[in-house]
Amino acid sequence: MSSPVAPELPVQESPITRPRPGVLRKLAQRPLALIGLVIVALVVGGALLAPWLTNFGPNDQTFDGLTLSGEPLPPNATFWLGTDLLGRDLFTRILYGARTSLIIGIVANGIALLIGTLVGVIAGYFRGWVGSVLMRFTDLMMAFPALLLAICLAAVFQPSLWIVALVIALVNWVQTARVMYTQTSSLAEREFIDAERTIGAGSPRILFRHILPHLLPTIIVWGTLGISTTVLLEATLSYLGIGVQPPTPSWGNIIFENQTYFQAAPWLVFFPGIAILALALAFNLIGDALRDILDPTQQGR
Amino acid sequence: MIAYLGRRLIQSVLILLGISLITFALLYLLPADPVRQIAGRSATPATVESIRRQLGLDQPFLVQYGRYLWNLLHGDLGRSYIQRSEVAQLIVARLPATLLLMVGAIVCELAIGLTMGVVAAVRRGSNTDQSLMVASFIGVSAPQFVVGLLLLYVFAVRLSWFPIGGYGTFSHLVLPSLTVGILGAGWYARMMRSSMIDVLRQDYIRTARAKGLARVTVLMRHALPNAILPIIAMIGIDIGILMGGIVVVESVFGWPGIGQLVWQAIQRVDIPIIMGITLVSAFAIVLGNFLADIIAPFIDPRIKLR
Amino acid sequence: MKRLLTSTVAASALALMLAMSASAQAEERDPNAKTGGDIIITYKDDVATLDPAIGYDWQNWSMIKSLFDGLMDYEAGTTTLRPDLAESYEISEDGQTFTFKLRKGVKFHNGREMTAEDVKYSIDRVVDPKTQSPGQGFFASIKGYDEAAEGKADGVSGITVVDPYTIKFELTRPDATFLHVMAINFSHVVPKEEVEKYGADFGKNPVGTGAFKLGEWTLGQRVVFEKNPDYWNKGLPYLDKITFEIGQEPIVALLRLQKGEIDVPGDGIPPAKFQEVMNDPEQKARVVEGGQLHTGYVTMNVNVPPFDNVKVRQAVNMAINKDRIVQLINNRAVPANQPLPPSMPGYAKDYKGYAYDPAKAKELLAEAGQADGFETELYVMNTDPNPRIAQGIQQDLAAIGIKANIQALAQANVIAAGGEKEGAPMIWSGGMAWIADFPDPSNFYGPILGCGGAVPGGWNWSWYCNEDLDKQAEAADSIVDPAKAEERNKMWSDIYVKIMEDAPWAPVFNEQRFTLKSSRMGGADNLYVDPVHIPVNYDHVYVNDVQ
Repeated sequence: MSSPVAPELPVQESPITRPRPGVLRKLAQRPLALIGLVIVALVVGGALLAPWLTNFGPNDQTFDGLTLSGEPLPPNATFWLGTDLLGRDLFTRILYGARTSLIIGIVANGIALLIGTLVGVIAGYFRGWVGSVLMRFTDLMMAFPALLLAICLAAVFQPSLWIVALVIALVNWVQTARVMYTQTSSLAEREFIDAERTIGAGSPRILFRHILPHLLPTIIVWGTLGISTTVLLEATLSYLGIGVQPPTPSWGNIIFENQTYFQAAPWLVFFPGIAILALALAFNLIGDALRDILDPTQQGR
Repeated sequence: MIAYLGRRLIQSVLILLGISLITFALLYLLPADPVRQIAGRSATPATVESIRRQLGLDQPFLVQYGRYLWNLLHGDLGRSYIQRSEVAQLIVARLPATLLLMVGAIVCELAIGLTMGVVAAVRRGSNTDQSLMVASFIGVSAPQFVVGLLLLYVFAVRLSWFPIGGYGTFSHLVLPSLTVGILGAGWYARMMRSSMIDVLRQDYIRTARAKGLARVTVLMRHALPNAILPIIAMIGIDIGILMGGIVVVESVFGWPGIGQLVWQAIQRVDIPIIMGITLVSAFAIVLGNFLADIIAPFIDPRIKLR
Repeated sequence: MKRLLTSTVAASALALMLAMSASAQAEERDPNAKTGGDIIITYKDDVATLDPAIGYDWQNWSMIKSLFDGLMDYEAGTTTLRPDLAESYEISEDGQTFTFKLRKGVKFHNGREMTAEDVKYSIDRVVDPKTQSPGQGFFASIKGYDEAAEGKADGVSGITVVDPYTIKFELTRPDATFLHVMAINFSHVVPKEEVEKYGADFGKNPVGTGAFKLGEWTLGQRVVFEKNPDYWNKGLPYLDKITFEIGQEPIVALLRLQKGEIDVPGDGIPPAKFQEVMNDPEQKARVVEGGQLHTGYVTMNVNVPPFDNVKVRQAVNMAINKDRIVQLINNRAVPANQPLPPSMPGYAKDYKGYAYDPAKAKELLAEAGQADGFETELYVMNTDPNPRIAQGIQQDLAAIGIKANIQALAQANVIAAGGEKEGAPMIWSGGMAWIADFPDPSNFYGPILGCGGAVPGGWNWSWYCNEDLDKQAEAADSIVDPAKAEERNKMWSDIYVKIMEDAPWAPVFNEQRFTLKSSRMGGADNLYVDPVHIPVNYDHVYVNDVQ
């Protein structure tokens, strides 16, 4: 489940831009990014305001939400998006499901970004056997069938919300590490870093004062694109029944629980499916725009 | 070249070794007991222990792993705990279905992706370009199980154009391939677009145009072949992503490939099958990357093998 | 006391009641049956193995029964025992020696005649630890079992070949279930030479004496059975060929059935289509409904407080709204109030169980000092519909103040947690639930409710161990005299009712089977919901559209 959206950024050769103020303004000027921002705002708003937007609790198994023979109801005045197989309001489940997606998207991706950056920067800056070992390990992880790894990890640690986040992070840091490594190692060869070294600057100083700031644009771009990958992986794990534990709603496990009914009740797959797609799309659109804005070498493409 | 190949070969073997070690360790740590799956619900503790001893599952981790490697070296992937057949035989029986699905997916993603990319590049900046790029984003943002279920609903259930699932004929292949292919199509569309734009900027294209050759001729005869070359190497790298999709897509469509096999095995801790399929998938990924690297310099002379 | 009966009506059942000796009678044949034709059956999951010593799955259980035979079997579509490869049998007065006379002229698919040596070899093989058979434990009452099971002896010393057509089993205790044991797949007869020829791959190259023989097997796709023309049971099977198509989703199978491409979807009618099928009179007419020897239950681990308090366990029994749970699975089950399913001998018809009463449940909790409720974990297998059912139970428990967090895990992980002394406070059994090996009340006790199963790695997930009941169970099982069968069943009823007083389980429902068949399929309805030959008795069904 690596993110195919973002082939590795080419090593930046030309003047490296620091993130400037006004990035958000620039984003808003791009129609596609604006769509992305609006979707994210809607999802975040829905997640935060969920209790006020619906009369149901996410786990209320309503008596009148099922037919006598146990079938879900189609969208109607009471249940705006219909009900699921336990008679719960689908609209409410999707609203609260946004919380799950966002929490995992941010936490898992944060951890993955942290691991990836650490590994990439250490390997790229120090080189030597430490760098070799780290990068060979990264190569190894690149060749791991990612979903199988996630499934095995999820089976070892019995899943909860945070465990799922951790599992996803353990699978997803690899791409980031590769990119950070390439960028750091090309930075480390540049004259101004050499100059710092010759005047006796210590590694921490160089790393924090010079390397990391230069990496910031990449971190921001990857951080955004990564949320999309994370949201998709969470949905997939939950769809396979090994993600977030019921009754906590997640867009993936809503589909998992209801897919046997998808022919009779397609709304049970359609609405959460659209939600996953929209959120993943939003972060991809924003990430892509950010790349254009922050990385001049890519401009005009 | 030979030295490079040698080094890459050793690296690949080490990667596979590492993957086998990690997977074996994870399965060893699994809070489930394969022996009890074999012994069944009526077994006495004595039976359970005797089976454990026979399978060597009472041995320390390193001994078990060592044995696995030793057998692997002799081409023996072991026997399934549940099905009691040779793992190799089980995989071989199901591999053709998975390979067929992957070929179908690659055809789909190239056909859709490259077309989108070329059109977008030619119409660069237009509304068509914009819409195609949005479409490519949707492709890469859509979870495969959702795409699969929706395609099934629309084209199989509602329209009855294709069978709802199963295996055997060409029409069975279409929807699963499309499901896997849509993800890659978005990706290829974007790469093809930038590759094509690069080529169209080249002098020889301008020359050809200046010579008065028809626009379509220039595009098809000169620009396209050059623009496609860098994409071809990507197919090798693509295998990892395709592999990632098979567990989900095979389960949505009831496709009898190794994805279904490994999913059944995970439910019942059939460790030899999980190990076998992880290694086979990893091998495919490593091989794909390897081939991509070797092909690259032939396509783009600027790339050197190091 | 050797008295052979010649009556044709339910011969063996009568024989069991009147004397301790019985002989096989000609089976009744369906007068409308037609011979010839072939059918297609579908399954989703792989057929793992067709080795009778190993196979223990939903789909291969009945397939194996059609490829192989045992000394005993059941009247088609019923739970009534009858001799099969045995022509007659005798039980000694102390109930510890069983002697079977074999049919003559029964041939394996390879043409060799089956003899008593083969019977002994087959059971020795299952007991032999090298075979790693999940059925080993069923033979524990035979003399010499322990030595053989530990690999210290070659073969089970209590099994003696008297002559090529006579075999004798000596037991260490009277065992009323022994005839059932002689009917389960694990005691089906295999030819030694073929087992040795194929070794561990015998399961893929099965050779037996059954009504069908294996034609073709394409792994992961198709298994084909062909009629055994030399089948000893003349006139059977009716069909020339059965094709099992594997890897077919139930929904696909149903649509193919509606198009007339297949004959029986082996995994049943998928939930989403159930109402549609039942609302269509034409399709509904082709649905056969039947009871199943199955109970779905919630175990409560008596080692884990507060479930060590019987009042808490009773409260849980009263808190679960079984009618609603049954509604969640499209009413394809009946609410249960005791461990045994209604179609099992020994089912306590008059027992009322714990009625749904949340108020009373809360009172009980308060009496147990849990007025404010408590938090616990409910383990469940992570395939649909089990997580849904668990959420239904979770909501019911929440209503009386019990916060049960769901752990939805792979089957193997749930089983592992259940086998730990304090591993899983509660488990919903669905997906791993008990479907009887044979139709006898004892089959729901030993491993899942008796002290023997309450060990690390055992299947008694409630860890309930009542030594008094163990003794009563032993006493009941030593009543071998068929004349006392009713008395024995009554003893078992009492045992299960007593268990319900202690409430280590909350029985939730008994699944009903709904088999849908194509319009050309013939044969009595009970063949399609056969309680033993699950899901279909392949030997006795036929098609109507052959000449």
